[in-house]
Amino acid sequence: MHCLWCHQEMIPAIEWGNFFLPDKPKFGCDWCLGQLEVLDGELCKECGRREEAEVCSDCRRWNASSEWKGVLSFNKSVFGYNDMMKEVIAKWKYRGDYALCDLFREDFVRTFNELFKDVKGAKVVPIPLSKERLYERGFNQAEALAGFLDMPSENVLSRIHGEKQSKKTRRDRLMASNPFTLTVGITDPVILIDDIYTTGITLRHAAKLLKEAGCPEVYAFTLARG
Amino acid sequence: MVHTVLNTIGSFLYPTFDWIPTSTYDRSSTETEIHAKQFSGKLLLREEIPLEENLLNQLLSTDLMTTIPSIEKYIWGHRCRRCGNKAKHLFATIPCSRCGTTHVYCRKCIEMGRVMSCSPLYYWTGPQPLRLEQSEPCSWQGELTSHQQKASNEIEKTMMTEAVAELLVWAVCGAGKTEMLFQGINEAIRRGKRVCLATPRADVVRELYPRFTTAFPNTTIEALYGGSEQKKGEGQLILATTHQLLRFAHAFDVVIIDEIDAFPYHADPSLPFASNRAAKPNASLIYLTATPRKKHRNQVQSKQLKAVFVPVRFHGHPLPVPKLHMCFSLKKSLTKFEAPQAFYQWYERRMNPKRQLLIFVPVIALAEKITLSLRDNALFSRETITSVHASDEDRKEKVQAFRDRKLSVLVTTTILERGVTFPSVDVAVLDACHDVFDEAALVQIAGRAGRSPDDPTGEVIFFHDGKTDAMVAAVDAIKQMNKRGRNL
Repeated sequence: MHCLWCHQEMIPAIEWGNFFLPDKPKFGCDWCLGQLEVLDGELCKECGRREEAEVCSDCRRWNASSEWKGVLSFNKSVFGYNDMMKEVIAKWKYRGDYALCDLFREDFVRTFNELFKDVKGAKVVPIPLSKERLYERGFNQAEALAGFLDMPSENVLSRIHGEKQSKKTRRDRLMASNPFTLTVGITDPVILIDDIYTTGITLRHAAKLLKEAGCPEVYAFTLARG
Repeated sequence: MVHTVLNTIGSFLYPTFDWIPTSTYDRSSTETEIHAKQFSGKLLLREEIPLEENLLNQLLSTDLMTTIPSIEKYIWGHRCRRCGNKAKHLFATIPCSRCGTTHVYCRKCIEMGRVMSCSPLYYWTGPQPLRLEQSEPCSWQGELTSHQQKASNEIEKTMMTEAVAELLVWAVCGAGKTEMLFQGINEAIRRGKRVCLATPRADVVRELYPRFTTAFPNTTIEALYGGSEQKKGEGQLILATTHQLLRFAHAFDVVIIDEIDAFPYHADPSLPFASNRAAKPNASLIYLTATPRKKHRNQVQSKQLKAVFVPVRFHGHPLPVPKLHMCFSLKKSLTKFEAPQAFYQWYERRMNPKRQLLIFVPVIALAEKITLSLRDNALFSRETITSVHASDEDRKEKVQAFRDRKLSVLVTTTILERGVTFPSVDVAVLDACHDVFDEAALVQIAGRAGRSPDDPTGEVIFFHDGKTDAMVAAVDAIKQMNKRGRNL
């Protein structure tokens, strides 16, 4: 096997542990995987960023608004958005190197199972791309992540084409109108899947729509906290 | 049956380019001229073609543009037709939402846009663009030495051969390689041929560009490298890094590869693949080098590859032979990020203290830290010493400052080993026994000294703590060339 990121060949050491049973397949070398920052320890309990206070100032602002309070139960991100993560996501998403998402697989699945094991009857919903963007990229990164999970994912949302989120300022993002529409009715708890939580507005737009349609709880599970 | 299998295996091992379509048009018209200029000789993805869907369809239906499957499939693997990649781990599959199936894509050249098996490559099969007719394109007036002239004639002869022809120009550092090309390129441009001068190093492209625009004032010349201002690739004379050739196919009548032995050309199979594909089927290929790799030396020796030697520098003086200086405490000094004592002793006793000094070190960290310790030494003045390496943002500016003699000492990694000319320098290598200093690198480094006719000598000194084969071979190679030069 070669590391998906640095292309270095990985030669596993033979030990008693893997003498009879082969190891789980490894997608990245230890050095490259070590560069990714797993988010644990003291985090904001609402958006999952590193924070000493229980709730960070961003989330307090969300809670102060009557329109957005409680729309999203919480967000959990697996990784921090450090330089390495930025590079990997850029190559994966914008260059379109689909295979790179396997680097995240193990941590992504483990964190999901730890957190959402007890949520009964929940449905996994990946954040969609607009038709135009989907054609341009060739794949939806949120669907790729949702595909790692044991639960089947349901595409109940569709998205209207607009400017790229990453090209907008924070203010522009918060002012934008809701880009999503609901294609199928849904009344189960929903776990939204996306690649990056930056301001949280995208996920809240989707969550608001789902709540209005009758979902009791909407959670967000994202790869990185921007 | 056996024959077919063998052919398939053969075409996987040794790439052929018979899949590149040929043009059915022989005369150009004014309507097609604009697209001919824009697209001819290029192998493009749909995203790289700035045309509306219906205009492109129109070009396709009239055979002005042709699509080519982008990935070759074999039972045991694939080959990307853009970069020649056939390594299994550099292919992966993608559940593609464009075509709705899961298929293979190339991971190796993905930085230039993704090559997927469901999307073809586009190639211009219309008429060739018109080139400006010039009776004497080259306005360079300088004179060549007799050795240069001999090589120059040989180069022109090879370029004018109507069948495939290859020539290796084995010329010492500072032989005046660029000037030897002018005569041949002049004739090629005069006959309306398209010429590419490619090199693995962007620095070299940047240095060559102004020289060529002065020498060929009326020819359309473009310099292409990662981050270059020009990107179109439409010129009749293209100066480019070898990476840029990944976008060309059967484009050039003459392909010249400068510094063919330099990294990464010899280490990355995509680059020879791309430069062979960029050449037309009956093109002539000229390779320039001061330090050919073993493969080429063997081919020359067994007469498979024609070669011409230029063993003397243009000013006629011999190459400076490196001195080897053993210092026992080298490793100890280097772990403290200091230069060894012997270096300071040598520095004080240099023959010509007015010369600038280039110090080569094996790794980036050492370059930065040793500069700090040199600055603290009373022998040097603080402001005129700095370091440079590949990931240095101010690399261009620092090299220019050294060239303008605003700096007296430049500490560098191997990035300045070749392609750059400073008129009057001494050269020191710290830790010359390190792996990065192979024979070619050391010969090139030694070749930085004594470039100018006003100061044709220069000191070259290798500080080491144990002679390596590379060091011995480099000294031998330089002496050999000097001997060859004397005997002429």
